[in-house]
Amino acid sequence: MTTTVLLFASWADALGSRLAVELPEGAQVADLLRELSSRTTGRALPEPMVAINQRYASAAQVIRAGDEVAIIPPVAGG
Amino acid sequence: MRVALVDRPIDVAALVAEVAHPGTGATTLFVGTVRDQHAGRAVTGIDYDAYAPMAHRECETIGAEAAERFGTDRIVVEHRLGTLAVTEASIAIAVAAPHRVAALEAQRYLIEAIKARVPIFKREHYADGTRAWVDNRGGSVVATSGAPVEGTP
Repeated sequence: MTTTVLLFASWADALGSRLAVELPEGAQVADLLRELSSRTTGRALPEPMVAINQRYASAAQVIRAGDEVAIIPPVAGG
Repeated sequence: MRVALVDRPIDVAALVAEVAHPGTGATTLFVGTVRDQHAGRAVTGIDYDAYAPMAHRECETIGAEAAERFGTDRIVVEHRLGTLAVTEASIAIAVAAPHRVAALEAQRYLIEAIKARVPIFKREHYADGTRAWVDNRGGSVVATSGAPVEGTP
């Protein structure tokens, strides 16, 4: 399935603010992060959180077709 | 309770007026402003960006937690996005409660939770012309131009 991934801050600088990623059915957040890491080799990017449908997700959470997936670098509000 | 991400200067007096209520005896106002230095580097401004729908949702969740925990829903949070100059307010939080302890403790809870959880990002502009994304953990700092820098918030 093709999943649209939103990216922010340093991750958006590296890969763009929106990315279509091909993932197998049943793929977990950790699988997505591995795929993205392979695209950023050699860049010093901070380890991100992942949100699915605007809620923070665990590494084991399964990504489903149509989910809104976002790569959230370390936050800096306030 | 009201939270908002705004792209104009924050009117802090308006926030104080908004939470005012005859039943409250204490109002606290927190204002976060852009500082002119970070980790020994001269800062000239900050770009704030957000995953806006989630940032709004997370601010609402935190506001509801504070209302529940401290017993007042007289809470207003505004966080500014865009490019800010030194001394401008990036965030303002007003809380009113019947007594001071609740207003003070709710204020502290709100700002700490917002800094830890809300997907807002900032890129500092330095006097030497470089810019870098920084975060609230005191962890890695990623330069978008110039050399990587280390720092703490």
